[in-house]
Amino acid sequence: MQTNSPAVGTGTAFYVDNTDYYYGSFQAVRDVTLDIPERKITAFIGPSGCGKSTVLRCFNRLNDLIPSAHIKGRITYRGVDIYDKGVDPIDLRRNIGMVFQKPNPFPKSIYENIAFGARINGYKGDMDELVERSLRAAAIWDEVKDKLKESGLSISGGQQQRLCIARAIAIEPQVLLMDEPCSALDPISTRSVEELMQELKERYTIIIVTHNMQQATRVSDMTAFFNAEPTEKGGKQGYLVEYAPTQTIFNSPQMEATQDYVSGRFG
Amino acid sequence: MTTADSSKDLNQISDSASGFDSNLAGRYQQDKIFRIAALIATLAGLVVLGFLVFDILVDGLGRLLQNFPSFINSFPSRSADRAGVLSALVGSILLLIITALAAFPLGVGTGIFLQEFGGDSWFSKFVEVNIGNLAAVPSIIYGLLGLTVFVDLLFNVTGGRSVVSAGLTLALLILPVIIVATREAMKAVPDSLRLAGFALGSTRWQVIWEHVLPLALPGILTGTILALSRAIGETAPLIVIGAATFVPFLPTNLKDSFTALPIQIFNWTSRPQAAFHANAAAAIIVLMVLLLTMNAGAIFLRNKFQSER
Ligand SMILES: Nc1ncnc2c1ncn2[C@@H]1O[C@H](COP(=O)(O)OP(=O)(O)O)[C@@H](O)[C@H]1O
Ligand SMILES: [Mg+2]
Repeated sequence: MQTNSPAVGTGTAFYVDNTDYYYGSFQAVRDVTLDIPERKITAFIGPSGCGKSTVLRCFNRLNDLIPSAHIKGRITYRGVDIYDKGVDPIDLRRNIGMVFQKPNPFPKSIYENIAFGARINGYKGDMDELVERSLRAAAIWDEVKDKLKESGLSISGGQQQRLCIARAIAIEPQVLLMDEPCSALDPISTRSVEELMQELKERYTIIIVTHNMQQATRVSDMTAFFNAEPTEKGGKQGYLVEYAPTQTIFNSPQMEATQDYVSGRFG
Repeated sequence: MTTADSSKDLNQISDSASGFDSNLAGRYQQDKIFRIAALIATLAGLVVLGFLVFDILVDGLGRLLQNFPSFINSFPSRSADRAGVLSALVGSILLLIITALAAFPLGVGTGIFLQEFGGDSWFSKFVEVNIGNLAAVPSIIYGLLGLTVFVDLLFNVTGGRSVVSAGLTLALLILPVIIVATREAMKAVPDSLRLAGFALGSTRWQVIWEHVLPLALPGILTGTILALSRAIGETAPLIVIGAATFVPFLPTNLKDSFTALPIQIFNWTSRPQAAFHANAAAAIIVLMVLLLTMNAGAIFLRNKFQSER
Protein backbone atom coordinates (compact mmCIF):
# COMPACT_ATOMS: atom_id res chain seq x y z
CA MET A 1 0.00 0.00 0.00
CA GLN A 2 0.89 3.64 -0.08
CA THR A 3 2.96 5.55 2.34
CA ASN A 4 0.65 7.87 4.15
CA SER A 5 2.72 10.35 5.97
CA PRO A 6 1.06 12.74 8.35
CA ALA A 7 0.30 16.25 7.18
CA VAL A 8 3.14 18.68 7.48
CA GLY A 9 0.92 21.60 8.40
CA THR A 10 -1.42 22.37 11.19
CA GLY A 11 -4.78 20.92 10.24
CA THR A 12 -6.09 18.53 7.67
CA ALA A 13 -8.38 19.97 5.01
CA PHE A 14 -9.39 16.84 3.14
CA TYR A 15 -9.23 13.31 4.27
CA VAL A 16 -9.55 10.90 1.36
CA ASP A 17 -10.36 7.48 2.71
CA ASN A 18 -10.11 4.36 0.57
CA THR A 19 -11.67 5.79 -2.53
CA ASP A 20 -12.28 4.21 -5.93
CA TYR A 21 -13.33 6.25 -8.95
CA TYR A 22 -15.60 4.97 -11.69
CA TYR A 23 -16.93 6.08 -15.05
CA GLY A 24 -19.87 3.74 -15.50
CA SER A 25 -18.49 0.30 -14.78
CA PHE A 26 -14.93 1.32 -15.68
CA GLN A 27 -12.85 1.73 -12.57
CA ALA A 28 -10.54 4.60 -13.57
CA VAL A 29 -8.66 4.95 -10.28
CA ARG A 30 -8.44 2.66 -7.27
CA ASP A 31 -7.29 2.75 -3.68
CA VAL A 32 -6.64 6.38 -2.99
CA THR A 33 -6.08 7.26 0.63
CA LEU A 34 -4.44 10.53 1.57
CA ASP A 35 -4.89 13.62 3.67
CA ILE A 36 -4.51 17.11 2.27
CA PRO A 37 -3.02 19.59 4.72
CA GLU A 38 -4.59 22.97 5.23
CA ARG A 39 -2.85 26.05 3.81
CA LYS A 40 -0.19 24.06 2.07
CA ILE A 41 0.32 23.21 -1.57
CA THR A 42 -0.21 19.59 -2.46
CA ALA A 43 0.87 18.43 -5.90
CA PHE A 44 -0.52 15.48 -7.85
CA ILE A 45 1.98 14.14 -10.36
CA GLY A 46 2.00 11.12 -12.62
CA PRO A 47 1.77 10.06 -16.25
CA SER A 48 -1.25 11.26 -18.17
CA GLY A 49 -4.36 9.13 -17.88
CA CYS A 50 -3.55 7.96 -14.36
CA GLY A 51 -6.52 9.77 -12.90
CA LYS A 52 -5.14 12.98 -11.39
CA SER A 53 -7.91 15.12 -12.84
CA THR A 54 -10.53 12.55 -11.93
CA VAL A 55 -9.50 12.64 -8.29
CA LEU A 56 -9.17 16.43 -8.27
CA ARG A 57 -12.64 16.97 -9.72
CA CYS A 58 -14.14 15.00 -6.84
CA PHE A 59 -12.96 17.52 -4.26
CA ASN A 60 -15.52 20.02 -5.51
CA ARG A 61 -17.88 17.37 -6.89
CA LEU A 62 -17.47 18.72 -10.39
CA ASN A 63 -17.57 15.09 -11.50
CA ASP A 64 -21.24 15.07 -10.53
CA LEU A 65 -21.80 16.76 -13.88
CA ILE A 66 -20.61 13.65 -15.71
CA PRO A 67 -23.61 11.33 -15.45
CA SER A 68 -21.56 8.12 -15.47
CA ALA A 69 -19.02 9.26 -12.87
CA HIS A 70 -19.26 7.98 -9.33
CA ILE A 71 -17.03 7.27 -6.41
CA LYS A 72 -16.76 4.64 -3.70
CA GLY A 73 -15.24 5.46 -0.35
CA ARG A 74 -15.22 8.68 1.58
CA ILE A 75 -13.84 12.19 1.12
CA THR A 76 -14.24 14.47 4.08
CA TYR A 77 -13.58 18.16 4.20
CA ARG A 78 -13.03 19.54 7.69
CA GLY A 79 -14.62 16.40 9.01
CA VAL A 80 -17.72 16.55 6.82
CA ASP A 81 -18.36 13.86 4.23
CA ILE A 82 -18.69 15.94 1.06
CA TYR A 83 -20.76 13.25 -0.65
CA ASP A 84 -23.24 13.18 2.22
CA LYS A 85 -26.85 13.87 1.26
CA GLY A 86 -26.84 16.94 3.45
CA VAL A 87 -24.03 18.57 1.47
CA ASP A 88 -25.16 20.73 -1.42
CA PRO A 89 -22.62 20.55 -4.27
CA ILE A 90 -23.34 24.16 -5.23
CA ASP A 91 -22.51 25.32 -1.74
CA LEU A 92 -19.43 23.08 -1.71
CA ARG A 93 -18.14 24.57 -4.98
CA ARG A 94 -18.62 28.05 -3.67
CA ASN A 95 -16.10 27.15 -0.96
CA ILE A 96 -13.76 25.07 -3.08
CA GLY A 97 -12.65 27.06 -6.10
CA MET A 98 -11.12 25.69 -9.25
CA VAL A 99 -8.70 26.84 -11.93
CA PHE A 100 -8.63 24.85 -15.14
CA GLN A 101 -5.95 23.67 -17.52
CA LYS A 102 -6.87 26.01 -20.31
CA PRO A 103 -7.60 29.59 -19.24
CA ASN A 104 -11.37 29.93 -19.58
CA PRO A 105 -12.42 33.50 -18.82
CA PHE A 106 -16.03 34.27 -19.61
CA PRO A 107 -16.43 36.17 -22.90
CA LYS A 108 -17.45 39.22 -20.89
CA SER A 109 -15.59 42.19 -19.49
CA ILE A 110 -12.71 41.68 -17.10
CA TYR A 111 -14.78 43.39 -14.42
CA GLU A 112 -17.76 41.13 -15.04
CA ASN A 113 -15.55 38.04 -14.92
CA ILE A 114 -14.82 38.83 -11.28
CA ALA A 115 -18.21 40.24 -10.38
CA PHE A 116 -20.20 37.31 -11.72
CA GLY A 117 -19.33 34.82 -8.98
CA ALA A 118 -19.85 37.42 -6.29
CA ARG A 119 -23.20 38.41 -7.72
CA ILE A 120 -24.65 34.91 -8.00
CA ASN A 121 -23.48 34.14 -4.50
CA GLY A 122 -25.28 37.15 -3.10
CA TYR A 123 -22.32 39.41 -2.33
CA LYS A 124 -23.55 42.50 -0.52
CA GLY A 125 -20.39 44.61 -0.30
CA ASP A 126 -18.84 47.14 -2.65
CA MET A 127 -18.35 45.40 -5.99
CA ASP A 128 -15.68 47.78 -7.33
CA GLU A 129 -13.67 47.22 -4.22
CA LEU A 130 -14.02 43.43 -4.46
CA VAL A 131 -12.94 43.46 -8.10
CA GLU A 132 -9.84 45.48 -7.28
CA ARG A 133 -8.98 43.38 -4.25
CA SER A 134 -9.32 40.11 -6.18
CA LEU A 135 -7.29 41.33 -9.14
CA ARG A 136 -4.59 42.60 -6.77
CA ALA A 137 -4.54 39.28 -4.95
CA ALA A 138 -4.01 37.55 -8.27
CA ALA A 139 -1.17 39.96 -9.13
CA ILE A 140 -2.81 41.23 -12.27
CA TRP A 141 -4.36 44.52 -11.14
CA ASP A 142 -1.64 46.74 -12.54
CA GLU A 143 -1.88 45.12 -15.94
CA VAL A 144 -5.65 45.41 -16.34
CA LYS A 145 -6.73 48.31 -14.15
CA ASP A 146 -7.15 50.60 -17.17
CA LYS A 147 -9.18 48.13 -19.22
CA LEU A 148 -11.65 46.59 -16.83
CA LYS A 149 -14.39 47.10 -19.43
CA GLU A 150 -12.53 45.16 -22.10
CA SER A 151 -13.20 41.51 -22.81
CA GLY A 152 -11.54 38.92 -20.61
CA LEU A 153 -10.41 37.31 -23.86
CA SER A 154 -8.47 40.38 -24.98
CA ILE A 155 -5.51 39.77 -22.67
CA SER A 156 -2.64 37.29 -23.01
CA GLY A 157 -2.94 33.65 -21.98
CA GLY A 158 -0.91 34.15 -18.82
CA GLN A 159 -3.02 37.16 -17.87
CA GLN A 160 -6.18 35.21 -18.62
CA GLN A 161 -5.08 32.45 -16.27
CA ARG A 162 -4.40 34.95 -13.49
CA LEU A 163 -7.79 36.51 -14.22
CA CYS A 164 -9.29 33.05 -13.73
CA ILE A 165 -7.45 32.76 -10.42
CA ALA A 166 -8.76 36.19 -9.43
CA ARG A 167 -12.25 35.06 -10.42
CA ALA A 168 -11.90 31.95 -8.26
CA ILE A 169 -10.67 33.79 -5.18
CA ALA A 170 -13.18 36.64 -5.51
CA ILE A 171 -15.83 34.54 -3.80
CA GLU A 172 -13.42 33.84 -0.94
CA PRO A 173 -13.17 30.06 -1.12
CA GLN A 174 -11.12 28.07 1.35
CA VAL A 175 -9.52 25.76 -1.18
CA LEU A 176 -8.15 26.23 -4.69
CA LEU A 177 -8.02 23.25 -7.00
CA MET A 178 -5.72 23.77 -9.97
CA ASP A 179 -5.66 21.31 -12.84
CA GLU A 180 -2.40 21.83 -14.75
CA PRO A 181 -2.87 25.59 -14.53
CA CYS A 182 0.36 26.37 -16.35
CA SER A 183 0.37 23.79 -19.09
CA ALA A 184 -0.92 26.30 -21.64
CA LEU A 185 1.40 29.10 -20.51
CA ASP A 186 4.85 30.27 -21.49
CA PRO A 187 7.70 30.08 -18.91
CA ILE A 188 7.39 33.72 -17.83
CA SER A 189 3.65 33.49 -17.23
CA THR A 190 4.21 30.15 -15.50
CA ARG A 191 6.64 31.79 -13.16
CA SER A 192 4.23 34.55 -12.24
CA VAL A 193 1.49 32.02 -11.52
CA GLU A 194 3.87 30.00 -9.35
CA GLU A 195 4.87 33.08 -7.38
CA LEU A 196 1.22 33.88 -6.97
CA MET A 197 0.58 30.41 -5.57
CA GLN A 198 3.22 30.96 -2.91
CA GLU A 199 1.38 34.08 -1.78
CA LEU A 200 -2.01 32.44 -1.95
CA LYS A 201 -1.07 29.50 0.24
CA GLU A 202 -1.01 31.84 3.25
CA ARG A 203 -4.77 31.91 2.96
CA TYR A 204 -5.83 28.95 0.87
CA THR A 205 -5.36 25.23 0.76
CA ILE A 206 -4.09 24.49 -2.72
CA ILE A 207 -4.09 21.25 -4.66
CA ILE A 208 -2.33 21.38 -8.00
CA VAL A 209 -2.15 18.78 -10.72
CA THR A 210 1.00 19.16 -12.75
CA HIS A 211 2.84 17.12 -15.31
CA ASN A 212 5.88 19.27 -14.74
CA MET A 213 8.06 17.76 -12.04
CA GLN A 214 10.20 20.85 -11.63
CA GLN A 215 7.03 22.75 -10.92
CA ALA A 216 6.06 20.27 -8.21
CA THR A 217 9.44 20.65 -6.54
CA ARG A 218 9.32 24.44 -6.82
CA VAL A 219 5.86 25.01 -5.43
CA SER A 220 4.55 22.11 -3.42
CA ASP A 221 4.89 20.97 0.17
CA MET A 222 3.37 17.54 -0.33
CA THR A 223 3.40 15.39 -3.45
CA ALA A 224 1.22 12.47 -4.43
CA PHE A 225 2.55 10.28 -7.20
CA PHE A 226 -0.09 8.43 -9.24
CA ASN A 227 0.63 5.74 -11.75
CA ALA A 228 -1.43 3.63 -14.09
CA GLU A 229 -1.22 -0.04 -14.93
CA PRO A 230 -2.99 -2.09 -17.58
CA THR A 231 -6.03 -4.06 -16.48
CA GLU A 232 -7.12 -7.46 -17.79
CA LYS A 233 -9.84 -5.80 -19.86
CA GLY A 234 -7.24 -3.85 -21.79
CA GLY A 235 -7.89 -0.47 -20.20
CA LYS A 236 -5.65 1.37 -17.81
CA GLN A 237 -6.26 1.85 -14.13
CA GLY A 238 -4.74 4.59 -12.04
CA TYR A 239 -3.65 4.21 -8.43
CA LEU A 240 -1.79 6.18 -5.82
CA VAL A 241 1.79 4.97 -5.58
CA GLU A 242 3.22 7.18 -2.92
CA TYR A 243 2.29 10.26 -0.94
CA ALA A 244 4.86 12.13 1.09
CA PRO A 245 6.46 15.52 1.59
CA THR A 246 7.78 16.77 -1.73
CA GLN A 247 11.39 16.55 -0.54
CA THR A 248 10.97 12.87 0.22
CA ILE A 249 9.25 12.07 -3.05
CA PHE A 250 12.01 13.66 -5.08
CA ASN A 251 15.04 12.75 -2.97
CA SER A 252 14.35 9.52 -1.18
CA PRO A 253 11.13 7.90 -2.34
CA GLN A 254 10.09 4.61 -0.84
CA MET A 255 8.86 3.04 -4.05
CA GLU A 256 10.91 2.11 -7.03
CA ALA A 257 8.23 3.33 -9.43
CA THR A 258 8.40 6.79 -7.88
CA GLN A 259 12.17 6.81 -8.14
CA ASP A 260 11.93 5.88 -11.81
CA TYR A 261 9.36 8.53 -12.53
CA VAL A 262 10.97 11.46 -10.75
CA SER A 263 14.34 10.67 -12.23
CA GLY A 264 12.74 10.71 -15.67
CA ARG A 265 13.29 7.05 -16.42
CA PHE A 266 9.73 6.64 -17.71
CA GLY A 267 6.48 8.47 -18.26
CA MET B 1 3.13 29.65 -49.46
CA THR B 2 6.35 29.25 -51.36
CA THR B 3 6.75 30.00 -55.02
CA ALA B 4 6.45 27.19 -57.52
CA ASP B 5 10.17 27.09 -58.13
CA SER B 6 11.36 26.86 -54.58
CA SER B 7 8.75 24.26 -53.61
CA LYS B 8 9.91 22.16 -56.49
CA ASP B 9 13.44 22.29 -55.13
CA LEU B 10 12.33 21.36 -51.64
CA ASN B 11 10.30 18.56 -53.09
CA GLN B 12 13.28 17.01 -54.76
CA ILE B 13 15.38 17.32 -51.67
CA SER B 14 12.90 15.66 -49.39
CA ASP B 15 12.08 12.92 -51.92
CA SER B 16 15.65 11.85 -52.25
CA ALA B 17 16.18 12.05 -48.50
CA SER B 18 13.20 10.19 -47.11
CA GLY B 19 11.50 8.02 -49.64
CA PHE B 20 8.20 9.94 -49.42
CA ASP B 21 6.49 10.78 -52.65
CA SER B 22 4.92 14.08 -51.77
CA ASN B 23 3.50 14.56 -55.30
CA LEU B 24 2.86 18.22 -54.69
CA ALA B 25 1.85 18.93 -58.26
CA GLY B 26 -0.81 16.22 -58.13
CA ARG B 27 -2.17 17.52 -54.84
CA TYR B 28 -2.39 21.05 -56.19
CA GLN B 29 -4.21 19.61 -59.20
CA GLN B 30 -6.70 17.94 -56.85
CA ASP B 31 -7.07 21.20 -54.96
CA LYS B 32 -7.93 22.97 -58.19
CA ILE B 33 -10.43 20.35 -59.31
CA PHE B 34 -12.36 20.53 -56.07
CA ARG B 35 -12.29 24.29 -56.02
CA ILE B 36 -13.79 24.38 -59.50
CA ALA B 37 -16.37 21.71 -58.61
CA ALA B 38 -17.48 23.73 -55.59
CA LEU B 39 -17.66 26.86 -57.70
CA ILE B 40 -19.82 25.12 -60.30
CA ALA B 41 -22.18 23.88 -57.59
CA THR B 42 -22.50 27.41 -56.25
CA LEU B 43 -23.05 28.90 -59.69
CA ALA B 44 -25.66 26.30 -60.61
CA GLY B 45 -27.75 27.37 -57.65
CA LEU B 46 -27.17 31.04 -58.31
CA VAL B 47 -28.02 30.84 -62.00
CA VAL B 48 -31.32 29.07 -61.37
CA LEU B 49 -32.19 31.53 -58.63
CA GLY B 50 -31.14 34.49 -60.77
CA PHE B 51 -33.24 33.25 -63.67
CA LEU B 52 -36.25 32.85 -61.37
CA VAL B 53 -35.89 36.34 -59.98
CA PHE B 54 -35.37 37.79 -63.45
CA ASP B 55 -38.43 36.03 -64.83
CA ILE B 56 -40.60 37.23 -61.97
CA LEU B 57 -39.34 40.78 -62.27
CA VAL B 58 -40.11 40.79 -65.99
CA ASP B 59 -43.61 39.50 -65.36
CA GLY B 60 -44.51 41.44 -62.27
CA LEU B 61 -42.44 44.57 -61.85
CA GLY B 62 -44.41 46.46 -64.50
CA ARG B 63 -47.69 45.74 -62.74
CA LEU B 64 -46.27 46.55 -59.33
CA LEU B 65 -44.83 49.92 -60.41
CA GLN B 66 -47.71 50.89 -62.63
CA ASN B 67 -50.24 50.46 -59.76
CA PHE B 68 -47.69 51.27 -57.13
CA PRO B 69 -49.32 52.18 -53.95
CA SER B 70 -52.68 50.79 -54.97
CA PHE B 71 -51.37 47.23 -55.51
CA ILE B 72 -50.16 47.21 -51.91
CA ASN B 73 -53.09 48.95 -50.28
CA SER B 74 -56.10 47.59 -52.21
CA PHE B 75 -58.25 44.62 -51.47
CA PRO B 76 -58.68 41.83 -54.01
CA SER B 77 -61.02 42.52 -56.87
CA ARG B 78 -62.68 40.79 -59.80
CA SER B 79 -60.85 43.09 -62.16
CA ALA B 80 -57.17 42.33 -62.31
CA ASP B 81 -55.87 45.88 -62.47
CA ARG B 82 -57.86 47.08 -59.48
CA ALA B 83 -56.89 44.08 -57.36
CA GLY B 84 -54.25 44.44 -54.62
CA VAL B 85 -52.59 42.38 -51.92
CA LEU B 86 -53.52 44.39 -48.81
CA SER B 87 -55.46 41.68 -47.00
CA ALA B 88 -52.93 39.03 -48.02
CA LEU B 89 -49.94 41.10 -46.92
CA VAL B 90 -51.50 41.98 -43.58
CA GLY B 91 -52.56 38.35 -43.17
CA SER B 92 -49.02 37.13 -43.82
CA ILE B 93 -47.52 39.60 -41.36
CA LEU B 94 -50.10 38.69 -38.74
CA LEU B 95 -49.39 34.99 -39.28
CA LEU B 96 -45.72 35.70 -38.93
CA ILE B 97 -46.20 37.41 -35.58
CA ILE B 98 -48.46 34.69 -34.17
CA THR B 99 -46.14 31.96 -35.43
CA ALA B 100 -43.08 33.65 -33.95
CA LEU B 101 -44.73 34.31 -30.59
CA ALA B 102 -45.82 30.69 -30.30
CA ALA B 103 -42.84 28.89 -31.82
CA PHE B 104 -39.94 30.86 -30.34
CA PRO B 105 -40.56 30.27 -26.62
CA LEU B 106 -41.72 26.68 -27.14
CA GLY B 107 -38.85 25.80 -29.44
CA VAL B 108 -36.14 27.46 -27.43
CA GLY B 109 -37.56 26.03 -24.21
CA THR B 110 -37.55 22.52 -25.64
CA GLY B 111 -34.06 23.00 -27.01
CA ILE B 112 -32.76 24.15 -23.63
CA PHE B 113 -34.41 21.24 -21.90
CA LEU B 114 -33.02 18.64 -24.27
CA GLN B 115 -29.56 20.11 -24.42
CA GLU B 116 -28.92 21.12 -20.83
CA PHE B 117 -31.38 19.31 -18.59
CA GLY B 118 -32.48 16.19 -20.45
CA GLY B 119 -29.25 14.27 -20.06
CA ASP B 120 -29.40 10.68 -21.20
CA SER B 121 -32.85 9.85 -19.89
CA TRP B 122 -35.18 7.70 -21.99
CA PHE B 123 -37.59 10.63 -22.05
CA SER B 124 -35.20 13.01 -23.75
CA LYS B 125 -34.17 10.32 -26.22
CA PHE B 126 -37.83 9.72 -26.98
CA VAL B 127 -38.45 13.42 -27.55
CA GLU B 128 -35.33 13.68 -29.67
CA VAL B 129 -36.32 10.84 -32.01
CA ASN B 130 -39.76 12.35 -32.38
CA ILE B 131 -38.41 15.77 -33.24
CA GLY B 132 -36.20 14.23 -35.88
CA ASN B 133 -39.27 12.59 -37.39
CA LEU B 134 -41.44 15.68 -37.11
CA ALA B 135 -38.94 17.70 -39.09
CA ALA B 136 -39.41 15.30 -41.98
CA VAL B 137 -43.23 15.30 -42.00
CA PRO B 138 -44.67 17.01 -45.10
CA SER B 139 -46.28 20.35 -44.37
CA ILE B 140 -49.70 19.27 -45.57
CA ILE B 141 -49.81 16.77 -42.71
CA TYR B 142 -49.32 19.68 -40.31
CA GLY B 143 -52.27 21.30 -42.05
CA LEU B 144 -54.38 18.23 -41.26
CA LEU B 145 -53.16 18.27 -37.67
CA GLY B 146 -54.02 21.96 -37.37
CA LEU B 147 -57.41 21.27 -38.91
CA THR B 148 -58.18 18.64 -36.29
CA VAL B 149 -56.69 20.34 -33.27
CA PHE B 150 -57.05 24.09 -33.76
CA VAL B 151 -59.98 24.34 -36.16
CA ASP B 152 -62.18 21.56 -34.74
CA LEU B 153 -61.18 20.65 -31.18
CA LEU B 154 -60.30 24.15 -30.06
CA PHE B 155 -63.04 25.84 -32.06
CA ASN B 156 -64.18 27.91 -29.09
CA VAL B 157 -60.71 29.30 -28.54
CA THR B 158 -59.57 29.80 -32.11
CA GLY B 159 -62.83 30.54 -33.89
CA GLY B 160 -62.26 27.77 -36.42
CA ARG B 161 -60.68 28.64 -39.78
CA SER B 162 -59.03 31.69 -38.33
CA VAL B 163 -55.71 33.48 -38.51
CA VAL B 164 -54.76 32.19 -35.06
CA SER B 165 -55.43 28.56 -36.07
CA ALA B 166 -53.19 29.04 -39.08
CA GLY B 167 -50.48 30.81 -37.06
CA LEU B 168 -50.39 28.01 -34.49
CA THR B 169 -50.27 25.40 -37.24
CA LEU B 170 -47.29 27.11 -38.83
CA ALA B 171 -45.71 27.32 -35.38
CA LEU B 172 -45.94 23.53 -35.05
CA LEU B 173 -44.47 23.20 -38.51
CA ILE B 174 -41.31 25.14 -37.71
CA LEU B 175 -40.96 24.00 -34.09
CA PRO B 176 -38.56 21.14 -34.93
CA VAL B 177 -36.32 23.50 -36.87
CA ILE B 178 -36.14 25.97 -33.98
CA ILE B 179 -35.46 23.18 -31.50
CA VAL B 180 -32.64 21.80 -33.59
CA ALA B 181 -31.19 25.29 -34.17
CA THR B 182 -31.31 25.98 -30.42
CA ARG B 183 -29.58 22.72 -29.60
CA GLU B 184 -26.88 23.21 -32.19
CA ALA B 185 -26.23 26.77 -31.03
CA MET B 186 -25.99 25.63 -27.41
CA LYS B 187 -23.79 22.69 -28.32
CA ALA B 188 -21.32 25.11 -29.88
CA VAL B 189 -20.80 26.90 -26.56
CA PRO B 190 -17.60 25.39 -25.12
CA ASP B 191 -18.01 23.17 -22.08
CA SER B 192 -15.12 24.96 -20.41
CA LEU B 193 -17.42 27.94 -19.84
CA ARG B 194 -20.08 25.77 -18.25
CA LEU B 195 -17.47 24.22 -15.98
CA ALA B 196 -16.15 27.66 -15.04
CA GLY B 197 -19.67 28.69 -14.09
CA PHE B 198 -20.35 25.56 -12.07
CA ALA B 199 -17.01 25.82 -10.31
CA LEU B 200 -18.05 29.22 -8.97
CA GLY B 201 -21.15 27.74 -7.40
CA SER B 202 -23.67 28.55 -10.14
CA THR B 203 -26.86 26.59 -10.44
CA ARG B 204 -27.57 25.00 -13.78
CA TRP B 205 -30.03 27.73 -14.69
CA GLN B 206 -27.50 30.44 -13.83
CA VAL B 207 -24.98 28.78 -16.11
CA ILE B 208 -27.51 28.58 -18.93
CA TRP B 209 -28.86 32.08 -18.52
CA GLU B 210 -25.60 33.90 -17.89
CA HIS B 211 -23.17 32.01 -20.07
CA VAL B 212 -24.75 29.63 -22.53
CA LEU B 213 -27.74 31.55 -23.86
CA PRO B 214 -25.95 34.83 -24.57
CA LEU B 215 -23.44 32.99 -26.73
CA ALA B 216 -26.07 30.81 -28.35
CA LEU B 217 -28.53 33.61 -29.05
CA PRO B 218 -27.22 34.72 -32.46
CA GLY B 219 -27.44 31.12 -33.70
CA ILE B 220 -30.89 30.66 -32.19
CA LEU B 221 -32.16 33.86 -33.78
CA THR B 222 -30.72 33.02 -37.16
CA GLY B 223 -32.34 29.59 -37.07
CA THR B 224 -35.65 31.03 -35.95
CA ILE B 225 -35.79 33.67 -38.63
CA LEU B 226 -34.86 31.20 -41.34
CA ALA B 227 -37.64 28.95 -40.07
CA LEU B 228 -40.07 31.87 -40.10
CA SER B 229 -39.06 32.71 -43.66
CA ARG B 230 -40.00 29.19 -44.58
CA ALA B 231 -43.29 29.51 -42.73
CA ILE B 232 -44.48 32.62 -44.57
CA GLY B 233 -43.95 30.88 -47.89
CA GLU B 234 -46.01 27.83 -46.86
CA THR B 235 -49.19 27.29 -48.84
CA ALA B 236 -50.37 23.73 -48.34
CA PRO B 237 -51.17 23.84 -44.63
CA LEU B 238 -53.02 27.13 -45.06
CA ILE B 239 -55.20 25.62 -47.76
CA VAL B 240 -56.05 22.70 -45.49
CA ILE B 241 -56.79 25.01 -42.56
CA GLY B 242 -59.09 26.89 -44.87
CA ALA B 243 -57.58 30.22 -45.72
CA ALA B 244 -60.06 32.26 -47.71
CA THR B 245 -59.08 33.33 -51.22
CA PHE B 246 -61.22 36.43 -51.37
CA VAL B 247 -60.96 38.60 -48.27
CA PRO B 248 -62.04 42.17 -48.91
CA PHE B 249 -61.42 43.31 -45.33
CA LEU B 250 -58.66 43.33 -42.73
CA PRO B 251 -58.84 40.93 -39.80
CA THR B 252 -59.97 42.82 -36.71
CA ASN B 253 -59.30 40.03 -34.25
CA LEU B 254 -57.46 36.74 -34.10
CA LYS B 255 -60.58 34.70 -34.77
CA ASP B 256 -61.24 36.38 -38.13
CA SER B 257 -60.89 34.51 -41.36
CA PHE B 258 -57.81 35.45 -43.30
CA THR B 259 -55.78 35.08 -46.42
CA ALA B 260 -52.04 35.21 -46.97
CA LEU B 261 -49.64 36.05 -49.79
CA PRO B 262 -48.94 32.47 -50.92
CA ILE B 263 -52.68 31.79 -51.03
CA GLN B 264 -53.30 34.93 -53.04
CA ILE B 265 -50.47 34.03 -55.42
CA PHE B 266 -51.78 30.50 -55.80
CA ASN B 267 -55.25 31.83 -56.48
CA TRP B 268 -54.12 34.32 -59.09
CA THR B 269 -51.87 31.86 -60.95
CA SER B 270 -54.75 29.42 -61.28
CA ARG B 271 -56.93 31.93 -63.11
CA PRO B 272 -56.95 31.81 -66.91
CA GLN B 273 -56.48 35.55 -67.58
CA ALA B 274 -52.93 36.74 -68.21
CA ALA B 275 -53.55 39.95 -66.26
CA PHE B 276 -53.95 37.91 -63.07
CA HIS B 277 -50.68 36.14 -63.80
CA ALA B 278 -48.99 39.52 -63.79
CA ASN B 279 -50.67 40.17 -60.45
CA ALA B 280 -49.28 36.88 -59.15
CA ALA B 281 -45.78 37.83 -60.22
CA ALA B 282 -46.15 41.24 -58.57
CA ALA B 283 -47.35 39.55 -55.38
CA ILE B 284 -44.32 37.25 -55.49
CA ILE B 285 -42.14 40.36 -55.58
CA VAL B 286 -43.94 41.64 -52.49
CA LEU B 287 -43.36 38.29 -50.76
CA MET B 288 -39.69 38.34 -51.71
CA VAL B 289 -39.26 41.84 -50.33
CA LEU B 290 -40.84 40.66 -47.08
CA LEU B 291 -38.43 37.71 -46.97
CA LEU B 292 -35.43 39.86 -47.73
CA THR B 293 -36.43 42.26 -44.97
CA MET B 294 -36.64 39.38 -42.52
CA ASN B 295 -33.28 37.98 -43.51
CA ALA B 296 -31.74 41.41 -43.23
CA GLY B 297 -33.29 41.58 -39.77
CA ALA B 298 -31.67 38.23 -38.92
CA ILE B 299 -28.26 39.45 -40.01
CA PHE B 300 -28.71 42.69 -38.10
CA LEU B 301 -29.69 40.89 -34.90
CA ARG B 302 -26.85 38.42 -35.20
CA ASN B 303 -24.27 41.15 -35.66
CA LYS B 304 -25.72 43.16 -32.82
CA PHE B 305 -25.53 40.28 -30.34
CA GLN B 306 -22.16 39.17 -31.59
CA SER B 307 -20.58 42.57 -31.15
CA GLU B 308 -22.05 42.90 -27.67
CA ARG B 309 -19.89 40.20 -26.18
N1 LIG C 1 -15.61 12.03 -18.66
C1 LIG C 1 -15.02 10.81 -18.68
N2 LIG C 1 -15.73 9.73 -19.04
C2 LIG C 1 -15.15 8.50 -19.07
N3 LIG C 1 -13.87 8.27 -18.74
C3 LIG C 1 -13.12 9.31 -18.38
C4 LIG C 1 -13.65 10.64 -18.33
N4 LIG C 1 -12.66 11.49 -17.91
C5 LIG C 1 -11.57 10.71 -17.73
N5 LIG C 1 -11.84 9.41 -18.00
C6 LIG C 1 -10.89 8.28 -17.89
O1 LIG C 1 -10.35 8.26 -16.62
C7 LIG C 1 -8.97 7.96 -16.65
C8 LIG C 1 -8.21 9.05 -15.92
O2 LIG C 1 -8.31 10.26 -16.66
P1 LIG C 1 -7.84 11.65 -16.05
O3 LIG C 1 -8.39 11.78 -14.69
O4 LIG C 1 -8.20 12.70 -17.03
O5 LIG C 1 -6.26 11.44 -16.00
P2 LIG C 1 -5.10 12.53 -15.85
O6 LIG C 1 -5.70 13.82 -15.42
O7 LIG C 1 -4.17 11.94 -14.85
O8 LIG C 1 -4.46 12.61 -17.19
C9 LIG C 1 -8.59 7.84 -18.12
O9 LIG C 1 -8.55 6.45 -18.41
C10 LIG C 1 -9.72 8.49 -18.83
O10 LIG C 1 -9.95 7.87 -20.07
MG1 LIG D 1 -5.75 15.72 -16.42
